[in-house]
Amino acid sequence: MKDTLIIGGHEFNSRFILGSGKFSLEMTKAVIENGGVEMATLALRRANAGGKENILDYMPEGITLLPNTSGARTAEEAVRIARLSRELGCGDFVKIEVIHESKYLMPDNYETIKATEILAKEGFIVMPYMMPDLVAARSLRDAGASAIMPLGAPIGSNKGLCTRDFVKMIVEEIDLPIIVDAGIGRPSQACEAMELGVDAVMANTAIATAGDVASMAKAFKLAIEAGRLAYLSRPGRVLEFRGEASSPLTGFMEN
Amino acid sequence: MKVTATDHMKYLDTMEAVDSDIMDKVLKAMEHYDYHRYTEADVRSALAKDILSPEDFAALLSPAAFPFLEEMAHKAQYETRKHFGNSICMFTPLYIANYCENECVYCGFNCKNKIHRAKLTYEEIDHELATIARTGLKEILILTGESRRMSDVEYIGEALKLARKYFSTIGIEIYPLNSDEYRYLHECGADFVSVYQETYNPVKYEQMHPSGPKRVYPYRLNAQERALMGGMRGVSFGALLGLDDFRKDAFASGMHAYYIQQKYPHAEISFSTPRLRPYVNNADNNPNDVHEPQLLQVMLAYRLFMPFAGITISTRERAGFRDNVIGMAATKISAGVSVGVGGHEEEAKGDEQFEISDPRSVTEVHQAILNHGLQPVYTDYLWV
Repeated sequence: MKDTLIIGGHEFNSRFILGSGKFSLEMTKAVIENGGVEMATLALRRANAGGKENILDYMPEGITLLPNTSGARTAEEAVRIARLSRELGCGDFVKIEVIHESKYLMPDNYETIKATEILAKEGFIVMPYMMPDLVAARSLRDAGASAIMPLGAPIGSNKGLCTRDFVKMIVEEIDLPIIVDAGIGRPSQACEAMELGVDAVMANTAIATAGDVASMAKAFKLAIEAGRLAYLSRPGRVLEFRGEASSPLTGFMEN
Repeated sequence: MKVTATDHMKYLDTMEAVDSDIMDKVLKAMEHYDYHRYTEADVRSALAKDILSPEDFAALLSPAAFPFLEEMAHKAQYETRKHFGNSICMFTPLYIANYCENECVYCGFNCKNKIHRAKLTYEEIDHELATIARTGLKEILILTGESRRMSDVEYIGEALKLARKYFSTIGIEIYPLNSDEYRYLHECGADFVSVYQETYNPVKYEQMHPSGPKRVYPYRLNAQERALMGGMRGVSFGALLGLDDFRKDAFASGMHAYYIQQKYPHAEISFSTPRLRPYVNNADNNPNDVHEPQLLQVMLAYRLFMPFAGITISTRERAGFRDNVIGMAATKISAGVSVGVGGHEEEAKGDEQFEISDPRSVTEVHQAILNHGLQPVYTDYLWV
């Protein structure tokens, strides 16, 4: 059976979602091709329609744009940015980012839920970026989200899947595509997230801070594919810390 | 308004006194900052951390950190890349008036300095804006001298409304205002406010500002807080390095930003690191003991202490310095700069505030950014 990712009725073969805006625009095409990327985010605030160095001009044909609402501090601002994105012809996908904390850039789940509800009703394919909290993830699903994007670690930190256990809860309980977004710093960490059962990984800083951004995009592609295959292959049991007790604990029973 | 020999720590009647303990905290931190007590071990410990404390920041600004500039630069470059990628924002300042009521002894606009004074008409402002917009720039910083009488809030507001026609991102660098006035200018289109304390040392501050409303130290220091109360998105901090003890002033600027960020976590924080420059009728004005290595140390310490903060590199510095600090510590650079009144469309109508060291055009700066493997960014902001 073909293993595809379906978000809001759209089918994707690639499970690597590329973040943009942190590496040279002229590299965009090479990164997308090397990474086998089919969906890329773009910050609407970086769109300079008709002007110089417009990020939209560098997105290759056929790529699905995932405009984000970065810069929004409230649900209301996120909604306005999403509507603007649609007016600019960026499509119906929107990644909601609501942040009003400049130090660690932690998303505000409450405002994100409010924005999700409004935009889903307006027909957007809403993909909210969130702090992995199962209760909030349920609210996002109920508000009409088409996917959930929990963070692995703070944006730009390259720290990996610090929120592993909390992401796992969401993977197990929420029947929507779960995409780890933010914090993934190395292909091995992307692979780990995929093995865990997330449906896709988004990365930006990890690529942007690499010495060779195009090659690193390819490394991520391979790692994400490997992790997906491992997940589908149902990994064997891995023992942690202690070995199995050799004498059975339940061997005392007579019948 | 003539203010002479007044208590520089007291507000004037017209000045809004916000209920805030930030100034006291900054003054206390600065008072306790003895940079001679930091050792190599303190610096190494700071460099080994992900998230730096004020004590780590203090160590990185100390003389003990001076031999570690190379290590600091490497770590700073990595932090800058993590938070900003390779993006470098471009902007230009537009001085719309240079009338001033203050007597700052180090400044070309000093009201006692005999220079050509001018104020652009709305028509002239529109011409200047259109000329600048043709270079492709999308971010502008509107500046005035500090004269409420000659360039009042309404005049500045009208200039901002004109600027909105051409620019996506608008900042102001004008005299400090009350929070309701900041709110008005925010509604006119500005979202970023720069106010520089010049020196955080109140004794030196008094000597440097013998007359004029700027003499009131607390009103200036609390400007960023009033701007945020007025709805502005971002505020910028900095001292005029070389005016007093630069290590203490840089430490106080950083701590000022730190306390503001703690109290207003949503605020977008940025720094500038201006040094003293020569100006009309004072060709010998100089930054004293703040040479390029000291300036770089300050920039790197800001970057490591607040990796998320924007840092702007001034045209006061030469091209070779500016081009190498972008991407390492600085994230924003001005281009096609005139610091006289107007001066983009035709010759400046009024004299400049200081001598610039980097006269390059927008196209030239754009190319220099590309040559350093970085990405010029014209817009990184949406008015919502």
